[in-house]
Amino acid sequence: MNYIEPHAHMVSRTTADYQAMAMAGCVAICEPAFWAGFDRGSVEGFRDYYRQLTEYEPARAKKFGIPHFTWLCINPKEAEDAGFGREVLSIIPDFLDAPTVLGIGEIGLNKNTKNELAIFEEHVALAVKHDLPILIHTPHLEDKLKGTRLIVDSLKNANVDPGRVIIDHVEEHTAGIVLDAGFWAGMTLYPESKCTPGRAIDILETFGNENIWMNSACDWGISDPLAVAKCSIEMKKRQYTPELIQKVVFDNPKKFLSQSPNFRI
Amino acid sequence: MPTKTDILDLYFMDSRYKLLDIAAYLDRLDRHDGELDFRQRGFDKALAAMQAPPTGKSRAQAVLEALSDHSTEPADAATIQFAFGAPQDS
Repeated sequence: MNYIEPHAHMVSRTTADYQAMAMAGCVAICEPAFWAGFDRGSVEGFRDYYRQLTEYEPARAKKFGIPHFTWLCINPKEAEDAGFGREVLSIIPDFLDAPTVLGIGEIGLNKNTKNELAIFEEHVALAVKHDLPILIHTPHLEDKLKGTRLIVDSLKNANVDPGRVIIDHVEEHTAGIVLDAGFWAGMTLYPESKCTPGRAIDILETFGNENIWMNSACDWGISDPLAVAKCSIEMKKRQYTPELIQKVVFDNPKKFLSQSPNFRI
Repeated sequence: MPTKTDILDLYFMDSRYKLLDIAAYLDRLDRHDGELDFRQRGFDKALAAMQAPPTGKSRAQAVLEALSDHSTEPADAATIQFAFGAPQDS
């Protein structure tokens, strides 16, 4: 079955992963800017990273017939240094006209600090100024519930159209907060944290199949670039019809992502 | 929709081995020297929450909320970049 991988950090993956994803039916990959596992030391390091996201990765994906799209930002871990965060933010507009840029992301919070929140709000303002969709990272583990609430409150105060915002990495305790406020929700399928395929399907059964997608968020950590395809098989085991599986792994992400004029498959 | 029997067929063995892994982990902690910390206190709270979730909450929600920071104000600064899996005030 064809599917869209709406959140994958391919800069951290091998070319063999692109090949495997193509063979599994992946027809589009979307790559949010993120933390590389270490803090970068200069604005120019980010400029190189944005060139990698907008020039190099699309070319690498194209070899396997997969369109590659990207989201740009400075992630919340490196945004704790607000001065540095603002310097990086200042170069993002240089890349917004690239043909594969979808919007601003994955912005959000990590340890739910005042500086993270300030830089998050400046990213939101940048997205509003350029009329771009927003992809949001919610914090890990014990920080997720508080961070999700802070993010939702901040977005409400900013009067952002919730239909143009996806709040990612939801779990059972945050999916309702996000969906009830009118935002889109993303579920991340990780082997050791976030959602297993079984739990992701439980969330669909509990909260419905509208305005929700699933992704692998595969990166340099323990993660699986084929997680969405494998979850499709799990959905089949749970007696989901092919039409409903397609809705979750293809139609829903296509609907949200098509709000960016650059998303064409 | 699958029946309870379908769900048992799909997930019982998987859940059985995970339950045994938790039991063995608790035995392992009992057997070894040293002190427990906030992580295990959070784990114990989550186990209790799973067995008696608050009204209106699923077991998974109760476990996740037992392992969550419930403060509401942004922190002054980040002293670490990672998360422990349980709040430090557990």
